Amino acid sequence: MVSLVSGDSRQSDYPHSRGVVAGVVDPEMPMLTLDDLGVIRSVSEDGGAVTVTITPTYSGCPAVEEMRADIRRALTAAGYEEVQVRTVFSPAWSTDWISDAGRRKLAEAGIAPPGPAPTGPVVLNLAPPAGPSAHVRCPHCGAPATEEISRFGPTACTALRRCPACREPFEHMKEM
Amino acid sequence: MNASHVHTENAYRSLSETTELDDPRWAFGTGIVEEEGAELSSPVPSGVDATDLAAYCLMLGDDALVLQHRLSEWVANAPELEEEVALANIALDLLGQARVLLGRAGHLLGSDEDDLAYLRTENEFRNVRLVEPSDELDFAHCIARLLLFSTWRLALLQRLQQSADPVLAAVAAKGVKEVAYHRDYAVRWTLRLGDGTAHSHERMQAGLVAVWPYYDELFRSTEIECRVGVDPAGLRAEVDDVLDQVLAAATLERPTIPGAFTVGGRAGREGLHTEKLGLVLAELQSIARQHPGATW
Repeated sequence: MVSLVSGDSRQSDYPHSRGVVAGVVDPEMPMLTLDDLGVIRSVSEDGGAVTVTITPTYSGCPAVEEMRADIRRALTAAGYEEVQVRTVFSPAWSTDWISDAGRRKLAEAGIAPPGPAPTGPVVLNLAPPAGPSAHVRCPHCGAPATEEISRFGPTACTALRRCPACREPFEHMKEM
Repeated sequence: MNASHVHTENAYRSLSETTELDDPRWAFGTGIVEEEGAELSSPVPSGVDATDLAAYCLMLGDDALVLQHRLSEWVANAPELEEEVALANIALDLLGQARVLLGRAGHLLGSDEDDLAYLRTENEFRNVRLVEPSDELDFAHCIARLLLFSTWRLALLQRLQQSADPVLAAVAAKGVKEVAYHRDYAVRWTLRLGDGTAHSHERMQAGLVAVWPYYDELFRSTEIECRVGVDPAGLRAEVDDVLDQVLAAATLERPTIPGAFTVGGRAGREGLHTEKLGLVLAELQSIARQHPGATW
């Protein structure tokens, strides 16, 4: 069995399975590929059989089943006869695994990319909301400070914010 | 061949269309066990009894499953769209945790997540009773319960990350990140309502009083929890401390009402529940029981 991980340029008789999987897009944020999102843990090939391991972004992410189906379709269409897609939970996915290209594409689509994921103990924050915060830049006009409208956005991984400069609302991918 | 052409034009098309490559789907779950053998079928750690481990997975899984159902009742009923979305997202996280935990229990018991969620009766559920009552569309009640539950579960999951069982450790590591957001949400609303208007203060205080009878039960130890998981009695000091800080900042009083009765020392973890659980299960399980094995 040959293990193909990110960056491996090994050739085979089949189209490069790692490349095929990497190009599958996220069902909820189609501007990102699964590679951009950082959810592909490994792709291994054995003749015509491919085993793909992915990790969910959130425990209850409803897109995981669609990701699995899309990976199976893409690999089958590329000529692979046996495809197995497994999901592993550990180590837990972090927004730090989103690629630089992925962050750029998020911003271009009007979604503020996440900052560095928090580390260490969970902080109990009792301070009242303090207005615009400089940790999220407006993806529309580039203003450096924006304010939070809601901690939970239309998908589990985003929060809603608004820019005091251009008045536009936007989504921010939460640090996780 | 460029694989990225698949459904890029419409993210929702792939949700509705089927091809010859798709398996029929069981209508109520998505077959997590079959496909995700990676971790759910991990060997039981040495020195751990598989029956104990399954029972413990059911306890933490049922807590999440029943509360996510109560939180989901806010969809189309919350005071603002943003709160509806927030509560639905929190419910979804808990549903995800429940599915993995029930999936692990199912693997150990020769069953699966769907049978465990949809075909057990009330006295086979192992959740704490805090998650059972309806919020009766009282937002302060919802926030009060979420404050207690998420503060307690966060403390529990932080310790459970050290579990010898790889599934419990993985659920805990992922769950800590998620429940940290849940607690933050509950804390913010508690502060806003408690330290808001006289009316919001009164409603938030009443919400705390309504859920407080189920607080003590969160820290009752059972033998199974002590053997294979985290002894909840050891969480009390930390949870008390967090709640004291939040309630003080929110100008709210910690209720002094006694805990709900137990029966011969038994409560939710032993399958003794309030009558409210039956109403949750009637709704949660009705379609699965009317259409056994349905697929689409």
